[in-house]
Amino acid sequence: MKQTRIVITGIGLTAPNGNSLAEFRKNLLSGVSGITTIDVRYMGRHPAGMCTFDPLKYQKKKDVRIGTRVGGISIYCAREALADSGVDLATRDKSRVGIYLGVTEHGNVETENEVYNISQFKYDTKFWSHHHNPRTVANNAAGEVSLNLGITGPAYTIGAACAAGNMGLIHAAQMLRLGEVDFALAGGVSESPQTFGIFAGFKSQNALAAHEDPTKASRPFDQARNGIVISEGGCIYTIERLADAQARGAKIYGEIAGYHVNSDATDYVLPNPERQAECVRKAIANAGMTIEDIDLINTHATSTPQGDIQECVAIADVFKSRSSPPHINNTKGFIGHAMGAAGALELAGNLPSFDDLIIHPSINVDNLDPQCDIPGLVINQAKKAARVDVILNNSFGMLGINSTLIIKRFVA
Amino acid sequence: MTKEDCQKLVIDIISDIAPDEDLSAIKPEIRLRDQLQLDSMDFLDIVMELRKRHGIEVPEADYSHLASLESCAEYLTPKFPTKA
Repeated sequence: MKQTRIVITGIGLTAPNGNSLAEFRKNLLSGVSGITTIDVRYMGRHPAGMCTFDPLKYQKKKDVRIGTRVGGISIYCAREALADSGVDLATRDKSRVGIYLGVTEHGNVETENEVYNISQFKYDTKFWSHHHNPRTVANNAAGEVSLNLGITGPAYTIGAACAAGNMGLIHAAQMLRLGEVDFALAGGVSESPQTFGIFAGFKSQNALAAHEDPTKASRPFDQARNGIVISEGGCIYTIERLADAQARGAKIYGEIAGYHVNSDATDYVLPNPERQAECVRKAIANAGMTIEDIDLINTHATSTPQGDIQECVAIADVFKSRSSPPHINNTKGFIGHAMGAAGALELAGNLPSFDDLIIHPSINVDNLDPQCDIPGLVINQAKKAARVDVILNNSFGMLGINSTLIIKRFVA
Repeated sequence: MTKEDCQKLVIDIISDIAPDEDLSAIKPEIRLRDQLQLDSMDFLDIVMELRKRHGIEVPEADYSHLASLESCAEYLTPKFPTKA
């Protein structure tokens, strides 16, 4: 059955090293990290990726006070994506607009804040805020966007651990194909550095990055890598059916060619390269492509000793029979692990390759781990490619969820 | 604590609850909701801040006393401890 073609027509993002696609891309090509150190409650200073967008660009001070950090990130990205798309919502049926945002987790920040707050009052729960429930419901990020933009269509989040960044886009494509909505704001968002629990959890797991220079702390594929740098961020796309986008003369960044989502069903935290490889293979099949068609792979690798190797094993296995390898890169060396936003942000960082044919590198690889030394890896220096027509974007998460999304150059 | 002092404390709280509002010309005798963009959640914030900052409890049955600055001062001033 021939599927309805779905295209990306707008991008809004905030990353630790850029508050627009142009700024983000420029920094990816020139090797600029966005990682700093922050004070983490109870834990002292740790490397983290924080965003510097102006929350008051699209929100009143009161809305910032009442809402959540991830709500503010989502509103900023959604508004920027809309502006980029050229769509004026005032001319649209807002009940036919969907908002689908991937999140790794939600509610930790506000719960920790409230527990800390009542600790200042001898744990008397009468000091617990009435804002806690609307701030911690799982749909908070999407709901804040719907409130801000007056969108009355479906607005919800998709919880998929660190595979979530791809999931918003995949789900939007599905809803557009089903005819449930006519226009979608979709992507992934994260506020995770605001919660000490994520830092403490990774530290107890021996998976929290440490380095005297924060810009070197996230170092996927490097032999000395020692864990994850936790980051906030967001990336929201406007997604449309091709016919609708063409009818309004939209700028088209790329076309959703295929995807796959599966589960390891083997471990709470340890990845499973067999299932990752299966996810990549099935996404390629879903796109009606072969391994020869893939030009650029964004790896999920998070800078953990074991996880990076597992993904390299999976990719090497899928592409082992290719005559020349696809280009392979990683974004986390620049921005850390933006959790629910990771997949969506990392895809955005690579989309301009369709136009400039430049592959941004994975940075901070001083000594390439031999177990990560797979053909096609672009490290430390950007590289000119002969062809970039297809980008494959991996995002994997805890509880064994894997997602692969394939975007191709738009050809009418 | 005078009623004027009490009004100032309430304005301090409102300036945090509704940071976009201009409070310089607020009329004490007019209902706050008629002058400012305040909703029921904001009034719960005012009640919470009175509890946190000043140890004052406002039972739900008494929320109507928070309608204007004047009625706030009338109701709240006796609840502040008197100086020795």
